[in-house]
Amino acid sequence: MKFKAFLLSGLVAGFGAAYAAAPAHADELQDIKSKGVLVVGVKADYPPFGYLSPSGQNIGIEPDMAADIAKRLGVKVRYVNVVAANRIQFLQQGKIDLLIATMNDTPERAKIVDIIHPDYYASGYNLMVAKTVPLHSWSQVKGVPVCAIQGSFYNKEVAEKYGAELVAFTGVAEALTALHQGRCDAFLYDDTAIEGKLQDPNWSGYDMPLPSQDAQPWGMAIKQGEPAFEKFLSQTVSDWNKTGYVLQLETKYHIQHSKFAEDAHKAAK
Amino acid sequence: MNALAPIADWFRHLNATTGINFTVFYDPFDATRFVHGLWVTIELSVVTIIASVLVGVIGAWGQGVKSAWVRGVTWSYVELFRNTPPLVQIYFFFFGLSAVLPHTHNGFGMAQPLIGGFAWASISLALYAGSFNVEIFRSGIEAIPHSMLEAAEALGYTRRQTYLNVILPLGLRICLPALTNNLVNLIKTTTLAYAIAVPELLYVSNQIWSDAENVPEMMILLFIIYIILVGILVALMHWWERSLRRPGLGT
Repeated sequence: MKFKAFLLSGLVAGFGAAYAAAPAHADELQDIKSKGVLVVGVKADYPPFGYLSPSGQNIGIEPDMAADIAKRLGVKVRYVNVVAANRIQFLQQGKIDLLIATMNDTPERAKIVDIIHPDYYASGYNLMVAKTVPLHSWSQVKGVPVCAIQGSFYNKEVAEKYGAELVAFTGVAEALTALHQGRCDAFLYDDTAIEGKLQDPNWSGYDMPLPSQDAQPWGMAIKQGEPAFEKFLSQTVSDWNKTGYVLQLETKYHIQHSKFAEDAHKAAK
Repeated sequence: MNALAPIADWFRHLNATTGINFTVFYDPFDATRFVHGLWVTIELSVVTIIASVLVGVIGAWGQGVKSAWVRGVTWSYVELFRNTPPLVQIYFFFFGLSAVLPHTHNGFGMAQPLIGGFAWASISLALYAGSFNVEIFRSGIEAIPHSMLEAAEALGYTRRQTYLNVILPLGLRICLPALTNNLVNLIKTTTLAYAIAVPELLYVSNQIWSDAENVPEMMILLFIIYIILVGILVALMHWWERSLRRPGLGT
């Protein structure tokens, strides 16, 4: 009985705190509608997720998602280019209303911004190999020299779990040159970044034949304390999962269907 | 391995209680790669020290010969390798020159360069340190009083005899301190091989601290190991210097 009372009081206190945290006056959803424009932070250097067309327009999977959200709100969309180092600050300062910029959903970030659930995408690590290399499973990687980037958090896992012989360079350009020159048989990197490289005509002879590993979710983010906006975005992502919108975007931008998007679509159907 | 178990336990305990994380003393995977890294650094140091001294001796000879062509080649070599950054040289050899050299084929039937990272690092570091050694040996040779050479000539020494019996022994003694300096520098410069993924000490340390996020601990360890490695070389060189000492030569 005592324990139950304790639980209840905790629950009440929690609700109270959540209610107090939400500013009573500002409702960003209403503000955006009355402004008539949704300002979204996107990447400009991460094809095909967020990049610039030859004429300088923001294009890619994430700008398309932002445009879809704006359409649902009945407002125009405006893009602001962000990088990893400034994207959260832009959101906190109110320079942008919404952030869709290849950001991993981590507990640390969830403390300072509201990350929308469900997550809209996920990226893991994968191998980029020449099409002539017959690679069918991760177990074949044992003893194979694999180029990598020094400091990537998955290097140790690939060396320990799959027995690859890692040849780690300081930067992407060096690792790709080494792959090109045959100093290694594969390049270990983020699957989403490999997708972007594979669209480059210089790398048309290469492929990503194995399933991605250790997928980490990507979440869109808004300022804290906007329950109405958060609910709307959450419903939007759920609706994307139902309609398979993310899969359509992957097709539109010529990348493989990710397991994450396929699973989300299957679960929502 | 059992004898090392208490050490591993102590470092695991240190990490659990203080957060000071020396993974290389208790994580077998990290320990293996760290020891391998230490071994590669030692190999790289020994190979490049021997090769660079040979290059220096040959170069110093090349600077003094009659043929203008040989002197020109030696001069160009010294200017080229002494006056460009060693990291640029390593990249040039590994990525630049390697691309135009013959290839073999690996298990997947893909073209693979003939010369690997370790070999390129050795070649490039030996040539870099060697260019300094040429100048160091020259400084030793030129410090020999001209009267000595005249005396040798007066005693009927041939050019070759003078070089082997007078110039080289005296020159070596004069230039040993400078040579020690350059070889110490060479040991420290072997860390540049990390840029072309030669798994030496700095490279493996970088891998370990990316995984365990223990940069300060690995830095301390690197610091201590290089002090020991360089200390061994300096002690050897001083011992050699003392054993070659001749009363009356130098101060």
